[in-house]
Amino acid sequence: MPSPVKVPELSKADQDRVAQAGIDLAMKNRCGSYLQMDQDIVQAECSQQGIEVLSFKKAMEKYDGMKEYTWKAVSPDKDEITQYVAAQKEPKGYVIIAHKGSNNILPIQACLYLGREQIQHVHNIIVAEEGAELHIISGCTSGAHVGKGGAHYGISEFFVKKDAKISFTMIHNWSENIEVYPRSASIVDDNGVFLSNYVCMQPVKKIQMYPTATLKGINSVARFSSVVISTPGSYMDLGSRAILEGMGASAELITRAITKGGTIISRGHINGKTAGTRGHLECKGLILNDGVIYAIPEIEGSVVGTELSHEAAVGKLARDEIEYLMSRGLDEDEATATIIRGFLDVKIAGLPEALQRQIDASIDVAEKAGF
Amino acid sequence: MLHIEDLHVKVGDKEVLHDINLHIGEGETHVLLGPNGSGKTTLLMTIMGFANYSITEGKILFKGDDVTTMKAHERAKRGIGMLFQRPPTISGLKLGKMLTAISRNKENDIPELARSVHMDKFLERDINKGFSGGEIKRSEVLQLMIQNPDFMMLDEPESGVDLENISLIGTAIGSLLEKDKHLIKRKKSGLVITHTGYILDYLDADKGHVMCDGEIKCHGNPREILKDIKQRGYKECLECRHQ
Repeated sequence: MPSPVKVPELSKADQDRVAQAGIDLAMKNRCGSYLQMDQDIVQAECSQQGIEVLSFKKAMEKYDGMKEYTWKAVSPDKDEITQYVAAQKEPKGYVIIAHKGSNNILPIQACLYLGREQIQHVHNIIVAEEGAELHIISGCTSGAHVGKGGAHYGISEFFVKKDAKISFTMIHNWSENIEVYPRSASIVDDNGVFLSNYVCMQPVKKIQMYPTATLKGINSVARFSSVVISTPGSYMDLGSRAILEGMGASAELITRAITKGGTIISRGHINGKTAGTRGHLECKGLILNDGVIYAIPEIEGSVVGTELSHEAAVGKLARDEIEYLMSRGLDEDEATATIIRGFLDVKIAGLPEALQRQIDASIDVAEKAGF
Repeated sequence: MLHIEDLHVKVGDKEVLHDINLHIGEGETHVLLGPNGSGKTTLLMTIMGFANYSITEGKILFKGDDVTTMKAHERAKRGIGMLFQRPPTISGLKLGKMLTAISRNKENDIPELARSVHMDKFLERDINKGFSGGEIKRSEVLQLMIQNPDFMMLDEPESGVDLENISLIGTAIGSLLEKDKHLIKRKKSGLVITHTGYILDYLDADKGHVMCDGEIKCHGNPREILKDIKQRGYKECLECRHQ
């Protein structure tokens, strides 16, 4: 097991914020870790046989530029964010490779911490080779006292090879003055499974992301689950896209969104390009205080034999549900919190128990604070 | 246990219950009969304290205390419980989670109680989502078992339920109402709405009331009233203006 992470310059408050983002500095339930504070790499190691956690620079040196993967899922010309990262002379970020047949029972954690820098940029490459199974929790957070604000630009490219599986659970715990621009894409081969889980219960100034999974392989699977709360002043433009190319490929895109006064744009797009493919998109939104939830579900089929569906609903808490629980002895606040907790309770098939618990813990923190 | 005096209730702008008087003593189970739309469920929802049911006159006393203006959860904490005829579906909220929440610190063995009403396989299911008629009623009974109220109102516990499930539900409710105890040792009270009377095989009801047009028209032996209604319908009740 890797040694505990030593980050002496982090205050207790900031250590708590890191923990809330799902990062275990004691490394008790982790088999590997990557920690980047601003542009400084504090840790990159993994004790699990067959799995490597490397800094981007070291991986480039070791694997001759990672030519098979670098900028192969995300285009460097996609937008100004990708162009900015592509132009860096010293790119930072991590590379995680699960070699053929490897499997991590305990997840690897990746912590991206924004403290002093104006812009933190990373380029991450995650590969699960044939038959490998890789579980990652990515905790992104900023210091409790980042007064001047800042931005995080993150490129993440995922490659799920034949019969392999990647679960990537991202917990955001930013603050009111941080802007976040992840740019992610995954390519999934035959029988590959890609699970992407996103949790954001805390304020953020702006986040914009639209990760895409291209299911090239036969019977490949992608599941995106997002659970978000938008507080006043937060602008969250979120989405996920699945392109179904392989025969029998399937995708599920699930979002639970709550606004307490902020804005959530919930996009989703499934494109069925091949016969025998299936996709379902579901967005449910709750407006607790006046704010915006703008759901834009798109399904696009271009061949006979693709089956796509979507379901979107935005509303308020139902009075009869609250009173039903009140008739069982819960006061109005308890009844409301119990219903919201249930609304956010998305169980992700195929996710290790430890990661599901981490997701639940993040939502628990929000529940204890009174949603 | 429950004492209602001169109760008038409005839903929206319309008065739907007029001058209701009812007394249910400790250990007693009463039956409320009446045609559809006569106000039976409205009376139960009013006693439970639902916000849409506005009391314009009269009062409700429970165990001697005036609960007329109390919210539903305060009444529940004092020992009033209800089995709903058509409870809402709550997406995402698991039955087991809800039972834990309402159980609070009571020493309830939730899995064992769930097994006793064949609901152990439903603890990880969203409340009432995709439940059959019998499953909904078993879920309601299970919630009452966790709550263990002193006074329980049962809104058509047998509707939509097959005979086998009626037996299961009836036996469980009978036990909650302490029907297995000697008459003088019973402390729990109940008010049951039924159309068929099947549930009465398990409940030993003490008194019956007939409600028509938002008024309680008559009182009497529940089985005799039911027999009369089965033979003659509610026509004479509707015409009756004198109790």
